[in-house]
Amino acid sequence: MTKVSMTVNGKTVSGDVEGRTLLVEFLREGLGLTGTHVGCDTSQCGACVVHVDGKAVKSCTMFALEAEGAHVTTIEGMANPDGSLSALQQAFQDHHGLQCGFCTPGMIMSAAALLAENPRPSEAEIREYLEGNLCRCTGYHNIVKAIMAASGQDVSSIAAE
Amino acid sequence: MPDGGIGASNKRREDVRFLTGKGNYTDDINIHGQAHVHFLRSDIAHGKIKRLDTSDAEKMPGVLRIFTAADFEGVGGIPCGWQVTDRHGNPMQEPKHPVLAEGKVRYVGEMIAAVVAETPAQARDAAEAIVLDIEELPAVIDMKEAVKDGAPKVHDELESNLCYDWGFVEENREAVDEAIRGAHHVTTLELVNNRLVANPMEPRVAIGIYDQASGDHTLYTTSQNPHVIRLLMGAFVLGIPEHKLRVVSPDVGGGFGSKIFHYAEEAFCTFAAKAVGRPVKWTCSRSEAFISDAQGRDHVTKIELALDEEGHFLAIRTETYANMGAYLSTFAPSVPTWLHGTLMAGNYRTPLIYVNVKAVFTNTVPVDAYRGAGRPEASFQLERVIDKAAREMGIDPVELRRRNFITEFPYATPVAVEYDTGDYNATMDKLLEMADVAGFEKRLEESRKRGKLRGLGINCYIEACGIAPSNLVGQLGARAGLYESATVRVNATGGLVVMTGSHSHGQGHETAFPQVVADMIGIDPSMVEVVHGDTANTPMGMGTYGSRSLAVGGSAIVRATEKIIAKAKKIAAHLMEASEADIELKDGQFTVAGTDKSVAWGDVTLAAYVPHNYPLEDLEPGLEETAFYDPANFTYPAGAYACEVEVDPDTGKVEIVSFCAADDFGNIVNPMIVDGQVHGGLGQGIGQALLEHAVYDENGQLLTGSFMDYAMPRASDVPFYKVDHSCQTPCTHNPLGVKGCGEAGAIGSPPAVVNAVVDALQRAGHDVTHIDMPLSPSRVWAAMQQG
Repeated sequence: MTKVSMTVNGKTVSGDVEGRTLLVEFLREGLGLTGTHVGCDTSQCGACVVHVDGKAVKSCTMFALEAEGAHVTTIEGMANPDGSLSALQQAFQDHHGLQCGFCTPGMIMSAAALLAENPRPSEAEIREYLEGNLCRCTGYHNIVKAIMAASGQDVSSIAAE
Repeated sequence: MPDGGIGASNKRREDVRFLTGKGNYTDDINIHGQAHVHFLRSDIAHGKIKRLDTSDAEKMPGVLRIFTAADFEGVGGIPCGWQVTDRHGNPMQEPKHPVLAEGKVRYVGEMIAAVVAETPAQARDAAEAIVLDIEELPAVIDMKEAVKDGAPKVHDELESNLCYDWGFVEENREAVDEAIRGAHHVTTLELVNNRLVANPMEPRVAIGIYDQASGDHTLYTTSQNPHVIRLLMGAFVLGIPEHKLRVVSPDVGGGFGSKIFHYAEEAFCTFAAKAVGRPVKWTCSRSEAFISDAQGRDHVTKIELALDEEGHFLAIRTETYANMGAYLSTFAPSVPTWLHGTLMAGNYRTPLIYVNVKAVFTNTVPVDAYRGAGRPEASFQLERVIDKAAREMGIDPVELRRRNFITEFPYATPVAVEYDTGDYNATMDKLLEMADVAGFEKRLEESRKRGKLRGLGINCYIEACGIAPSNLVGQLGARAGLYESATVRVNATGGLVVMTGSHSHGQGHETAFPQVVADMIGIDPSMVEVVHGDTANTPMGMGTYGSRSLAVGGSAIVRATEKIIAKAKKIAAHLMEASEADIELKDGQFTVAGTDKSVAWGDVTLAAYVPHNYPLEDLEPGLEETAFYDPANFTYPAGAYACEVEVDPDTGKVEIVSFCAADDFGNIVNPMIVDGQVHGGLGQGIGQALLEHAVYDENGQLLTGSFMDYAMPRASDVPFYKVDHSCQTPCTHNPLGVKGCGEAGAIGSPPAVVNAVVDALQRAGHDVTHIDMPLSPSRVWAAMQQG
């Protein structure tokens, strides 16, 4: 076991991990931050996306020890400081961008990373960016719509409700 | 926007926890002192276990105990919940389905041994140290090969690999043959309904707990129906009475059918928790899910449609081979029979129908219900053969459908069901408008200029939902009732808790069910809370599948709330010293007709629990009622779908440029949620049509065993959908007039996609009448080269 330290959602944390411990395992089992999900074992589904030093990363694809000293943000760190939903989270609720909720943390983390680098993405750009995030419930319609709405675009003309 | 009652698109209250990482999925639950299990699974499809030596593995670090079949002597097999009777009156062949393999393995993924250890990694490490020697036997994968004389048998003790040979309606068989022989035109189509993996994003998880002091068992599991698991596992596998067994399904990350069934892993964790004396947790990996979750579809069908000179349907005859996999999963036998044969009339008047289904055992993962379950298979073959017939006879496909629509209701089909309501012309009219069919030629021209082929596919669908009348399904072989339950508890200060036997794993029950109750009483939905997913605090219910939660579960809630209101009116009458018959309830106020007397909802609920001024001699205190609702009939959602595609002639790549769905779901409680259900169904249906395929090689190895090989639809594979449910013919036999919406999209969309691609190819001069799903670029390209 090796000691690892990092900043998660603004708090300094540390723990003992094996070399093979994945970042997602450290977050879920070590820190009890179970909002980050595991939906596959081939880095395809994106349910485990977190931000590491500002970049969207699949936390099943990174060892906990690789995050030594890093600033990590998980879904638990995405709401406004007063606990209310952020604009992006609110857009997902307003536009029914989630059903079972399992892919949702990864979707929010990926969408936030997209909007950070491209504040007004087109529909095609959003669909392209979400290539690494699978959702089985929504058919993606309302996810794409929610992200467009969160970026300030008028979505009222998108397909009949 | 304030929350509203029935018909309002209230935002989902469950979203806040999911959006902030505060969901409570089964894998998020950790029990103090828990151990972890890893299952050693067969990597051979068919073989005899010659040696299974766990002695070295038992010495590995952290190992608590290793289980094999020997530990399960005296434990029952995993039961099947539906017995189908074959066309000769004999029961289906029903092999034993052991928790851990007994002497033989029958599919890749079957559990052979289980290692319980301190950590998941230690359990996995130790499983690798188990010495296993399997003598490989020839595997049977292809269904038609499996039923030939002399084929290797999946189960040595059975007569053959044929589970049943079902005929429906058997008495019509000769009349159907005769009608087809004498018909003006017969269109024949052979097709495959491709095998799929449900793949809810949350893999399955089970945690078994045993309390030695009380003798109580608890199972946390990712199930769509915890009561069903409690009954099947308790009564048939482990012999635990219901009052000593609690099953909890907390937040569940999607199901789509694959989490209906009772799985061996659940029984194992419950059993092992007592045997080891520690809670035992299993978290399925995605790789394991691909080889252990029951899969879907996998039918091979020949359908013949007989028509007269004007295109009126005279008869339909089908022969289908349906894959059961190696063992009978919970509802597997019912899917290709009662959920498929009964829908072969579709939206049309066809006087004579005969459906033959041969269910076959193969050395593959069990196959069971997947979103739509039998009904997509029925719609696909019917809507494809109608399209082919229209082209053969030179009749417009929409016109041919209209010519045969059922227009009078109720309508008794020749396949044993009675449609209560519908208006298939209305949904077709709506669809043609939504899809701007009139403008298609112009769009076709634009595509041609860009070097693309364009096609338009249109079809209808019907499904039987609101599953199901218990006495009817009992006659058809179901070993369970299919009612639903609700307890409505009113608290002293007026808030309500609805305890439902339905289970929400994405459907938004926590938002929609309160709309129903609030509407009936005239209060804000925020005063109503929904409790579900725990057998300890919900009445016995059958769970969520078959688009049944609102139609059956919602009806139970209505019935329980009616009892509440009836009793509350008695209390109100006492408080206002009026006759009960004169009491009216509106907007949460009880009034006496013709007077200005009133008491508020909260006054009455308080009186029920603080009965100082109360008719105690006539009425018990308290305000809590339970109702069980058993539907009188299935519900019959129906609609018309249109898909427009562009095909790249150089690569065969299909792009869906537009998809429209006009559905009749009867009344709607939350339109936003209904839209979302249709979107999701369309995504899965388009996935089946273009991308998804569970492929086994001839040795029984699943070639598409991960998301790298099994093509799940991604955001860039689908368009924005246009959906509409303004055509509403309310169900006549449930109190809400609702029909169910969860499966429609997955049922109606595959034929629309295939019809569209065939249309595109034919318009470009290719002599192509059918391509089997998934319509991958290679298949479409190959079809273009051949015709």
